[in-house]
Amino acid sequence: MAKVIDSPRPTLKERAAKLGQATLGSQAWTSIFRPGSIFRKGYTDSPRNRSYVIMNSVLYHLHPVKVKRHAVKVSYTLCLGGLSFFLFILLTVTGIFLMFFYRPTATNAWEDIQTLQTSVTFGLMVRNMHRWGAHLMVLTVFLHMSRVFYHGAYKPPREFNWVIGVVLLTLTLLLSFTGYLLPWDQLALWAVTVGTNMMGYSPVIGSQVRFVLLGGVEIGSETLLRWYVLHVLLFPFIIVIFMAVHFWRVRKDGGISGPL
Amino acid sequence: MTEIPEHLLKRAQEARDKAAAASGADAPSEAAGDSRIPQHLLDRTRAARAGGAVAVADKADAVVATAPASGGLPLAAGPGGHTQRLLTVVKSGSIQEVKTLPVDKVHTWPHLLAVEFVASLACTAFLFVFSWVVNAPLLQAANFNQTPNPSKAPWYFLGLQELLTMFHPMIAGVTLPGIGLIALILAAYLDKNPSNKPEDRKFMTSLMTVHLMFWAVLVIIGSFFRGPGFNFTFPWRDGIFFEF
Repeated sequence: MAKVIDSPRPTLKERAAKLGQATLGSQAWTSIFRPGSIFRKGYTDSPRNRSYVIMNSVLYHLHPVKVKRHAVKVSYTLCLGGLSFFLFILLTVTGIFLMFFYRPTATNAWEDIQTLQTSVTFGLMVRNMHRWGAHLMVLTVFLHMSRVFYHGAYKPPREFNWVIGVVLLTLTLLLSFTGYLLPWDQLALWAVTVGTNMMGYSPVIGSQVRFVLLGGVEIGSETLLRWYVLHVLLFPFIIVIFMAVHFWRVRKDGGISGPL
Repeated sequence: MTEIPEHLLKRAQEARDKAAAASGADAPSEAAGDSRIPQHLLDRTRAARAGGAVAVADKADAVVATAPASGGLPLAAGPGGHTQRLLTVVKSGSIQEVKTLPVDKVHTWPHLLAVEFVASLACTAFLFVFSWVVNAPLLQAANFNQTPNPSKAPWYFLGLQELLTMFHPMIAGVTLPGIGLIALILAAYLDKNPSNKPEDRKFMTSLMTVHLMFWAVLVIIGSFFRGPGFNFTFPWRDGIFFEF
């Protein structure tokens, strides 16, 4: 006896929609995206959900649920602090990529960069992004500091956060400077020679500091290894800690300053 | 029953006098009974006492029901025809401590996150295109026996290198930048002016601008106006001796 088919076969579109709904409703999906997430099934734009998007996600470590209306204006912050942080992330990502192809020894370093540029897919592109991103970060951090100063945003209760900011600026310069040596070309070698000679003029401890940083009296393979470790581990580690305190203090001191 | 504070009584008395002066003979009932409670409310209270406890809701119904019967105004209506009376306005500061003034706020999502997202995309796009067009420099492999002329520090240290041409290395390389950095840190503690309005802080703004311009000019001279032997040149005459 023939079975009567009373409903037409579901189309591909309907199947896809059904599968999508099933995925969104699955336990795995709802365990990843907490209530209020915009990726959850049936998300609606309501004040409650707008609060949940922040409150129920990892973003709550960075942002409060609500911010001052004027804080959202691009013309006030020019996004400089946020962009500095974003560039730091971008530099971390591109930097990790570069680490796969680089050996910090005097005999290999330059050739590794050369090979990276000529033989590795996107190698040249990623190195360019890392270098220009680094210069851009120095610039945005500096401009961020100027912006904060001109808005008087370092005034109580934000004095200490200003101090942390100056430390972050110094660390940014140190990160950039240690990275400058790593390509091990003529530009790197002699720029760092000039820079470290200046350091050697510090009173009392100058020559000792220079000796420790260079791993000897002259720049050499030991210097390259030291600066590599400083560049990829020590300074990023320190700067992340200071950034965490910096961002935390922004919130604890009552959000960003202003309006003027 | 709590006692009404002295100052409130005084204020009420003043308001009463003022109202009396304004409306003249408009308040005969008050003058007669020396009370601001309208006669019909007093009547109602008396009726309630006589009839025992009556639920408020019932009574409100009763008022509405009897309203047309009394003609004119409803039984419970006040002088302006209102059915409620404003007993007193309690400002929030008098019963609870107000620590902060309310601030105009918006939700971080979507208002701030959208801006941040667009800014990061724009930044990535800019960096991507720039890296596509301009290659990072990679000169000859490091050679200790061949000193390039001129040898320049990274651009952000060129201000210091420029100072080296004018002062003793200890002054130019350590003392001046050290003082600059300490002054920058202490600025937050030395500036006692509480205002953040630009018109109130012309001195600090000028000081910072001079400070920033000082370094900017030094960096620009060091970058573009110094040639072989770190001697002064013009970039349009001898070319640029500068690598990023």
